[in-house]
Amino acid sequence: MARFPELRKVAFVLAAPERGRMVVMAASALAEAAGIRTGMVVADAKAVFPTLKVLDDKPELAEKLLTALGAWCLRYTPEVAVDLPDGLLLEVSGCAHLWGGDLPYLKDITMKLRQKGYDVRAAMAPTIGSAWAVARYGISKAVIEAGGQMDALLSLPPAALRLDSAVLERLDKLGLRTIGSFINMPRPALRRRFGQALLTRLDQALGLETEPLQLIRPIEPYQERLPCLEPIRTATGIEIAVKKLLEALCGRLEREAKGLRSCMLKGYRIDGDIQQVAIGTNRPTRNVEHLYKLFELKLGDIEPDLGIELFLLEAPVVEALPATVEKLWHNGSGKDETKVAELLDRLAIKIGPSCIHRYLPDEHHWPERSFKEASFFSEKPATGWRADLPRPVQLLSDPVPIQVTVPLPDYPPIQFLYRDQLHKVRKADGPERIEQVWWLQDGLHRDYYIVEDEHGCRYWLFRLGHYDNEEHQWFLHGFFA
Amino acid sequence: MKALADKKELIRGLQQQILSMQGCHSVLDNSIPITGLGSLSRAFPQNTFPLGAVHEFLSYSSPDAAATNGFITGIVGQLVRQSGACLWISTRRTVFPPALKSFGIDPDRVVFIDVKCQRDALWTMEEALKCGGLAAVLGEFTEINFTASRRLQLAVENSRVTGFIHRFQPRDENTLACVSRWRVRPLSSLTDDGLPGVGFARWDVELLKVRNGKPGRWQMAWTGAGLRELNQRTAVTAMLSKEAV
Repeated sequence: MARFPELRKVAFVLAAPERGRMVVMAASALAEAAGIRTGMVVADAKAVFPTLKVLDDKPELAEKLLTALGAWCLRYTPEVAVDLPDGLLLEVSGCAHLWGGDLPYLKDITMKLRQKGYDVRAAMAPTIGSAWAVARYGISKAVIEAGGQMDALLSLPPAALRLDSAVLERLDKLGLRTIGSFINMPRPALRRRFGQALLTRLDQALGLETEPLQLIRPIEPYQERLPCLEPIRTATGIEIAVKKLLEALCGRLEREAKGLRSCMLKGYRIDGDIQQVAIGTNRPTRNVEHLYKLFELKLGDIEPDLGIELFLLEAPVVEALPATVEKLWHNGSGKDETKVAELLDRLAIKIGPSCIHRYLPDEHHWPERSFKEASFFSEKPATGWRADLPRPVQLLSDPVPIQVTVPLPDYPPIQFLYRDQLHKVRKADGPERIEQVWWLQDGLHRDYYIVEDEHGCRYWLFRLGHYDNEEHQWFLHGFFA
Repeated sequence: MKALADKKELIRGLQQQILSMQGCHSVLDNSIPITGLGSLSRAFPQNTFPLGAVHEFLSYSSPDAAATNGFITGIVGQLVRQSGACLWISTRRTVFPPALKSFGIDPDRVVFIDVKCQRDALWTMEEALKCGGLAAVLGEFTEINFTASRRLQLAVENSRVTGFIHRFQPRDENTLACVSRWRVRPLSSLTDDGLPGVGFARWDVELLKVRNGKPGRWQMAWTGAGLRELNQRTAVTAMLSKEAV
């Protein structure tokens, strides 16, 4: 329809010869409204609707079209399968929340497809069978919650179960017009009368039987296996196994221009226990030596006990790693950066990733908020660091209360008592008033003073609140170099 | 006469060899030397600040620690500007990252490692010093024994990374295999033309020990863009202008 816009306003059917006559294979929405159904003979349809436009149905057109649509649907989920002759199956676990929930997700898909001119119906359900049924025959709800398949299916016709026309005809003859009318019948009776296919379809729709998807773009897990003839019990054996697996995995990553961000080694012991260690990296890598070094730090945690018979190396998180890696710091060479990144990976594994911090400027005057943690390793500062205002080299995490002598309001103190020691102020700068970030926290503003005592030591003091406020307090917050 | 010149040349060559055997490589490298040290650099062998070595700094009070960090940052800033990043390892960090900018380091080039115990700090420091991709490694921890310091020295001899150990209130000043031992104390700041207010930092830098060099005591100042040595004369004029005020 996208290609022939004039067809939008015309009722038309696609017809193909079958047993010496032209039979309707598909009908447009307008034609369906006029009572034309798939499977009708074209001559009958023309009798019902004289101006009906008949187009030739090219074989394999449907499959081609569905595959193309499936590829388009990859934007919604990585797992898409074609369901011939007229459906697409999308495995959407963990995808819908990105569109703000199940309903908006479904609405987005149907709306986009309708805009392209396709007459689509969509449904979301815990099993393929029930989703198929609800999408084609459902009336009220488009989204079936987990466990709600049974209730959703009860009122639907048996055709919703993807059955042969022969079985459907037999059901119809017996007056079983809804699934609910036979779902509770004894299974042997159903099998005897309608065959195993009915029971299988029923189980698939209810989720009692699993049904695989034939994905149009299969996702191959980044995984390598190493079965061992003899159970491995020694550290050397495990090291060799890790090296072999890493070489195989990194070879594949290199071919696909990918790098792994996390990696898991599983050792299946002969007593059925699974030993596993995991590593993570700061940036995608496929360097065997580096990854091996990371694993080396963790191999001590593996207890081979009676021996390990199967090693499994998985890379659950894989990212694109082009040959030219983005530079982290402007003047450092790429090689240096890789070395630093590898060092940080090792540190993260040995002492924990929470110990490593890198900071970026944040647009706040409040000292404690003037910097923020970089959220990923190669993040660059969005704004420049400010150097126009003097800031102390050492900043205490909690300001220490001090006692001061201040001669005049808003003047720097002439002396202060810090840790039972009296400091006489010789030089001072200030005040620098820093207002509270009222949209984030409550409290009073601070008036900062830089003071230098008689020994030449420089301090950062502040008064919390206005001078004429009875409850104002003085604090020491940092030391200048 | 020619024989004498030859002999001098020979002795100089031998001295170089001895120095490089002792792990003093800075002249052999073609790295840019640290500038702004003035006559302080004459305290070192071959008159250059030793890079690719581990320096030890001692401090006993919080203002001293701040001054020491300021002085170290002034030196590290020059190294980082030349190449790459630096690592700041500490057991209890009080340094305020945005302040590093005023000492010539972009704080986002510094990776802070906060470890819980001395042992982890030493392990991290050693691993970091082995990594040739870093410009400098700064370690803030209190205790380190001679063996550990030798491990650090061995690490830098291969990688040529410059290390700084800042020991805050150590229990005792035990001998270490570091190339030098420093103490930096704050002095009253200098302002241009004796204007009131607090000016740029001024430090009393004491070189307590230095391998193959002459220990001594100097006055250094931070000028906002780099280090500067204050010789006796500038110090006196500063003093006079202060009195005039």
